[in-house]
Amino acid sequence: MGNKLITLENISKSYGSNTVLDELNLYINENEFLTLLGPSGCGKTTTLRIIGGFETPDTGKVIFDGKDITSLAPNKRQVNTVFQKYALFTHMTIAENIAFGLKIKKKSKAYIDDKIKYALKLVNLEDFANRMPDSLSGGQQQRIAIARAIVNEPKVLLLDEPLGALDLKLRQDMQYELIRLKNELGITFIYVTHDQEEALTMSDTIVVMNQGYIQQIGTPENIYNEPENAFVADFIGDSNIISGTMIHDELVEILNVKWACVDKGFGINKPVDVVIRPEDVELVKEDEGTIKGIVTNIIFKGVHYEMEVMANGFEWLVHSTSLFPVGTKVGIRVDPFNIQIMNKPESEDEEAIGVEE
Amino acid sequence: MMKFIKKFYLVIIFIFLYAPMVTLIVFSFNNTKSRAKWGGFTFKWYAGLFNDSSIIQALINTLTIALLSSLIATLIGTIAALAMNNMKKLSKNILMGVTNIPMLNAEIVTGISLMLLFIFFKYRFGYVTILLAHITFNIPYVILSVAPRLKTLNPNIYEAALDLGANPLKAFFKVVFPDIMPGILSGFLMCFTMSIDDFIITHFTKGAGVDTLSTKIYAQVKKGIDPKMYALSTLIFVTVLVLLILVNYTPNKEKQRRLKGEKAK
Repeated sequence: MGNKLITLENISKSYGSNTVLDELNLYINENEFLTLLGPSGCGKTTTLRIIGGFETPDTGKVIFDGKDITSLAPNKRQVNTVFQKYALFTHMTIAENIAFGLKIKKKSKAYIDDKIKYALKLVNLEDFANRMPDSLSGGQQQRIAIARAIVNEPKVLLLDEPLGALDLKLRQDMQYELIRLKNELGITFIYVTHDQEEALTMSDTIVVMNQGYIQQIGTPENIYNEPENAFVADFIGDSNIISGTMIHDELVEILNVKWACVDKGFGINKPVDVVIRPEDVELVKEDEGTIKGIVTNIIFKGVHYEMEVMANGFEWLVHSTSLFPVGTKVGIRVDPFNIQIMNKPESEDEEAIGVEE
Repeated sequence: MMKFIKKFYLVIIFIFLYAPMVTLIVFSFNNTKSRAKWGGFTFKWYAGLFNDSSIIQALINTLTIALLSSLIATLIGTIAALAMNNMKKLSKNILMGVTNIPMLNAEIVTGISLMLLFIFFKYRFGYVTILLAHITFNIPYVILSVAPRLKTLNPNIYEAALDLGANPLKAFFKVVFPDIMPGILSGFLMCFTMSIDDFIITHFTKGAGVDTLSTKIYAQVKKGIDPKMYALSTLIFVTVLVLLILVNYTPNKEKQRRLKGEKAK
């Protein structure tokens, strides 16, 4: 890792009056698993299609390995794509599908046969060479699509929500499969998804996007623990986002109560957004908490209970392994380290929008 | 009892549908010119048919016009369907409606309009005018049978082919074309039968001295029916029947290939 492989410079793209990408800047390192994460319509797929060559940006440049490839045709690029709906060629066998790219490059028959075998082994579908795509399950088809892309030895593999059409269990298996593939191949993966869990599980770097803007770039831990704004906090997992005021360094006022925190440098009496993850909210005896509340709702989620607690006019989302029945009066306490302070969004575009689960 | 009635009903329907055809076929083997009396079995009308050079010329005209018009219409129709598929929804729907109108339109109106058009441009009636007319009425059938295939085509497969290094032309012929091939083929066969079958439009657009089988029969009917025409009609019927069976058989072939693929495992 470390070498910049792809650089996107000031990329803008609009369809009619609809701006999909606005002055986007991003670089992708060699051998990186980078995920573009965001709600539908945030521009993540368009970004991927610009890298793949299926869309030309209105302004800006795509630099690949030091060369400007902005207007290079897709068939001339050293990238391969795995599409959301597999896009296997249904009139060809699995082996013919995988051989497609190699035959166009006029490789020898022995080389192609070797590669087919290698690729099928890599995706654990060795016996499927002579089957037709229609006779395979969704997960198998997607693995063939991956095999078909990687036999061409691309420097970058683009994956456009490749697990979107699969069921939950299969999706989780495929996530491990993809990480393994990435490690075995040692190439760059650029992955597009709207599923935050997928992004957190697989990526080296996550790029959170919304409405054509990059909201935050960082490692999964970084994005989850230190979201830069309310949108990122809300999109990556559940969270309590509360408007507050930064009184001074290490002291924030929310819901008319002063809380100790660890953040500095926001200034004095500055309005901020405060993020507290539901698993970081501690429920204690009524008198021991920073503020008092009453449990209003409980859902059993398996590993934990999800509770709603009404306190000072705000409904707190709490994840806890111990149960407090509805109507219990409780105190709420939060470790200063777990209070995350963020600047209020400066423009409307950055503002958190309602995110459907 | 119910079962018997059902079967009886079915038989009646088939008798109504096929009795005229069977009568015609039977009379084509009748050894007398009489339409009321069976004079014994003969092939002489068939033999006579193939010795009649004007009938043979009409047969050649019919077949070449059918073949050429189907080929050209298939080419134009397929390209049109491809272009329409990439259009915005509104213009696509409008164009689709426009292509449907000639099909629903009464043939006699199409025939007269084409005749007027050729007269207006002072084009000499003959073989070429028939061919042009047949291409015209065949194009919508191709569009109608190719468009649905394109609609169900995964748009990503063309991009996937590009992505794997194929240039646009190769991507189209290796990936998109095989997928829409059944639609193109059934469009072509449909055109072929329509063209062989056509009388009205041909009648209005043909010139003196050029005949297809259907116009030839019509001309002879006026002078009294020659049993050679029974033989001829029988042949046309059989040809159309075979083609229709072929049209209905094509999609099955694809399924068989798929099944074979599964078994090969």
